[in-house]
Amino acid sequence: MSNTDKEALMTLPKKKFKFWNLIWVIVFIAGLFISTDVTHTDLGALFANFSQFTDIFLQMLHPDWAYLGPIMPLLLETIKMAILGTVIGSILAFIYSLLIARNIVKNKAVTGILRVIMNVVRTVPDLLLGAIFVAIVGIGPVAGILALAICTFGIVVKLFYEAIETIDPGPIEALTAVGANKLQIIVFAVLPQVITYFISYCLYAFEINVRASTVLGYIGAGGIGLYLQQTLQVFDYAKTGTIILVIIVVVVLIDYVSSKSREALMK
Amino acid sequence: MDTNMKKLPPRPVDMQKRILHWGLAIITIALIAWSCTGMDFGGIKATAGQIAGAIFNGIFHPDWSYIYNGSGEDLVSQLWQTVCIAFLGTFISAIISLPFAFWAAHTKHKKWYVSRTGKIVLAIIRSFPEIVLALMFIKAVGPGSAAGVLALGFHSVGMLAKLFSEAIENLDDGPNEAVTAVGGSKTNITMFSTLPNLMPALISNTLYRFDVSIRSASILGLVGAGGIGYPLIIALQYRQWNRVGIILLGIIIMVIVIDWISGMIRKKLV
Repeated sequence: MSNTDKEALMTLPKKKFKFWNLIWVIVFIAGLFISTDVTHTDLGALFANFSQFTDIFLQMLHPDWAYLGPIMPLLLETIKMAILGTVIGSILAFIYSLLIARNIVKNKAVTGILRVIMNVVRTVPDLLLGAIFVAIVGIGPVAGILALAICTFGIVVKLFYEAIETIDPGPIEALTAVGANKLQIIVFAVLPQVITYFISYCLYAFEINVRASTVLGYIGAGGIGLYLQQTLQVFDYAKTGTIILVIIVVVVLIDYVSSKSREALMK
Repeated sequence: MDTNMKKLPPRPVDMQKRILHWGLAIITIALIAWSCTGMDFGGIKATAGQIAGAIFNGIFHPDWSYIYNGSGEDLVSQLWQTVCIAFLGTFISAIISLPFAFWAAHTKHKKWYVSRTGKIVLAIIRSFPEIVLALMFIKAVGPGSAAGVLALGFHSVGMLAKLFSEAIENLDDGPNEAVTAVGGSKTNITMFSTLPNLMPALISNTLYRFDVSIRSASILGLVGAGGIGYPLIIALQYRQWNRVGIILLGIIIMVIVIDWISGMIRKKLV
């Protein structure tokens, strides 16, 4: 073996230079500079005032246990809101998904328009919906329930109609062949194949709703977020710490139960 | 002909399963019934329909003069600020997420409690309300979009590191073993097998998180952490329904465009 061959074996093969990668890196770095400029982010300021940040944090780490009693009713209200929002939203989503699944409704114009509406509804974040509903129906849990219902609707419809469209077409054909009507096809051919998916998606939406409902009260849409806002306004961080601790425990607990039951369901 | 032929055989009954299903159904219905108790449904304002109509009307008759007037307080600059908050916040969180991800991935450690504690820490970060975090950062760096960037940057770690750690767990062991077999060191393994294999998943997850961050960034303004949320809440308070309409329209278009772009890039990556 000649010397140059040996050298060629010792070194790694040269990587192919990709022009587009360079462009992406440039765009990315430019984006970083522009966004730092637009948002006036200054990490120096953060580190200079970091003591203030940790100070709040330390105060929160010493929760006021006596405050646990008074927040319990609103905590229960939060969970109730999440349940009702999930139920209302998923019932709507159930009907809507059947209407936009292309293997059930054959009319492309109808499904197309309904899908655009769904995609628009999905874009609005939960707290903004909450703020708008507070303006519409007034301060209280009803605004929160409506906001959560619409969020659930957006999540469940998207997942559920995709599940419907991927089902085995065999049973549908079989029922069509024996002369079944649309309702019979849905009940006997479609639903048995997708109902476990539907329940699983509803549970998933419920997890998200529990998270969302804990802060909805901050803007007046009911639930424990109301106390979050009150204690933060008077800088009573020990009480805020109690609320956050309770929120974390409830959210992690419900997440755990729900994800375990989803696993059991999908088995 | 024997008419009995037409009869279907009776369905097999699995008693245990049936009892379980009925039990779950009763529990669910009981929970729903319980949530309806003590709820005050009567508190709806009498003008609800009117206001909803006004907002809906506002979406179709938006306040066009608000779109761009060069003052920096108009819709386009506020939306741009929102995008920048999400961009920088996602970038920061992606960097912080990497070490957390390796901590929480169970394939990297022999001891089970290491990854378990990592997962618990991430769950706690995820559950810490974003708005409270934003308020804490407002105390540190003052109101404005910088607080929003930092809040997003720290909050996103909870979800992003979880996605990253799942990507690490799904990695194939083969390339690592190959590098070890030809005598590569720990750094060589990371440089030539782990990172290149991980990169597409990292970028794809980060882009996905960017989609979510855009939505979060438009909320953070509600507490004064910059972005489009602030003008929206002001317009809602002053009952300028036309302005509410145009802001909503702006948010919807922004989110759809960003979703579309990041979806395209992600499709290319896979």
